[in-house]
Amino acid sequence: MSVDFCGIELAHPVINGSGTFDAIAAHRAFGDELLERFPFAALVSKTVTLEPRQGNPPPRLWEVPGGLINSIGLPNKGLHGYLEHDLPFLATLPVPLIVNVMGFSRDEVGELVGAFAERPEVSALELNVSCPNVETGLVMGADPGETARLVDRVRPLTDKPLIVKLTPNATDVPAVATAAEHAGADAVSLINTIKGMALDPKTGTPWLGGVTGGVSGAAVRAIALAQVHAVAQAVQIPIIGMGGVQGGRDALDLMRAGATLVAVGTESFRDPAAGVRVASELAELVANTVV
Amino acid sequence: MTRTTAPFGRRAAPVTVREEHGAYVVIRCEDRTGPAPRPGQFYMLAAAERWGGGEGERPFLPRAFSVLRAAVGELHFLIEDVGPGTRRLCELGPGDRLNLVGPLGNGFAPPRDGRAPLLAGGGVGIAPLAIWQDEFMAGGIESPVLLGFRDERHAHGAALLTRPTVATDDGSVGHHGLVTELLEDELDDRSDEVEVYACGPPAMLEAVRELCAEQDVPAQLALESGMACGFGACFGCVVPTTDGYIRLCVDGPVLDAARLETALVAGAGH
Repeated sequence: MSVDFCGIELAHPVINGSGTFDAIAAHRAFGDELLERFPFAALVSKTVTLEPRQGNPPPRLWEVPGGLINSIGLPNKGLHGYLEHDLPFLATLPVPLIVNVMGFSRDEVGELVGAFAERPEVSALELNVSCPNVETGLVMGADPGETARLVDRVRPLTDKPLIVKLTPNATDVPAVATAAEHAGADAVSLINTIKGMALDPKTGTPWLGGVTGGVSGAAVRAIALAQVHAVAQAVQIPIIGMGGVQGGRDALDLMRAGATLVAVGTESFRDPAAGVRVASELAELVANTVV
Repeated sequence: MTRTTAPFGRRAAPVTVREEHGAYVVIRCEDRTGPAPRPGQFYMLAAAERWGGGEGERPFLPRAFSVLRAAVGELHFLIEDVGPGTRRLCELGPGDRLNLVGPLGNGFAPPRDGRAPLLAGGGVGIAPLAIWQDEFMAGGIESPVLLGFRDERHAHGAALLTRPTVATDDGSVGHHGLVTELLEDELDDRSDEVEVYACGPPAMLEAVRELCAEQDVPAQLALESGMACGFGACFGCVVPTTDGYIRLCVDGPVLDAARLETALVAGAGH
């Protein structure tokens, strides 16, 4: 079930959502069997920022019906830490590497994109636009104009495929997708997590150290399907669909709604090898489906 | 070696035995394909069937449990019903299956500088001390153990360890008071001879940490934190250390007490 995605040959259409699979930590836990049975056709990195980040204070998780809320806060080693400590191992993985980046201004994103543009180990870049632009106060991916200006700014800096990770916390997601396409994005991915909150049952105050977080898991699947479907009506570029994928049927649904690739996220928390299972179930469904 | 790597992915393990020990349930399962865990390592557990649909339409995520005891091809887990996940796990018996991932994390390291082990546990946190005591006893090493429980019903858990000294909050069994009072007495006599291994609720671990820091006694603490994945993917289980946040699942759950400024992990025990 190999697939061409923006010129990258992938063994199958199942990858991971950014921030849901740390191949370096997983290799410590599972050893070389991880590499022999690598669960994704490409690995999408956790978000890399220019400077190192500690992330949000704990608690960072809260279970909800059919899913969880996370408030992690994008902890990472920063650009230089990533290049020095993480990239050498990630380059040895048996699949292409897609690096997800986020900046607090267009210049910061430009610096990150420029740095990775020169790295042959990196097959594509994904822009996390779910954060405020400190210059305008607007969440970049919530506003079509902000998104267009960002993609305009970084598009000339790389020939690598540029994916825009759309936030579902926007008034008009297809309009943001269209803006990204017109500004030169090669693909869009969606959905990111949906903003949510939980209160400590004992105190009635926010449970999460970051106050609010993002909801993921089966709970968001129907929302993801509707947003992928709507974006597929609006753009011609390929779509990476994700949100609550737990089995081959969920993946097939997203592809029928218009996705070229499908990403698994929260389900990997329940089963580290979920990607292997989703890909094989999907292949079987496709083989047995009369179009 | 304090870490054994796990087979990649989730596997189904048939439950063979369910035993009640007062407030606790011990679930034994077959695990013919997994490696033997190191004491202090943990597994992510879920019921293979009907995981979900409990109170508040939970559970959804697997739950982390230190292994209580391991025999050839068999694992034992100690469970207390405190929420929708543990409630479902407590229901399991022969004929049911567990989904498990593991062994995960870093276990206990041997005592330093020729010191003797001294084990201290509280509540359901006694679990990793049982397998650790088994290993000392197999090597002919004395490993005294101090255990604290809320009341008589919980103190039934003490039978899972060998020759424990017990304290209860209500005085119904053993010393009337805290396990850390027993520990303080022990350390008064031989603080320069022992290394402390502890697991229990956050307030107990913090008291152990302070006591050992004051008396300059090396200590290894098995901590708990809310976890979604258990293998470093979610970044949810961080605890603050002297060198910043670390993920308890891949850098713990056993930590050298000297790395911690506090053992009061936010959100633990939830």
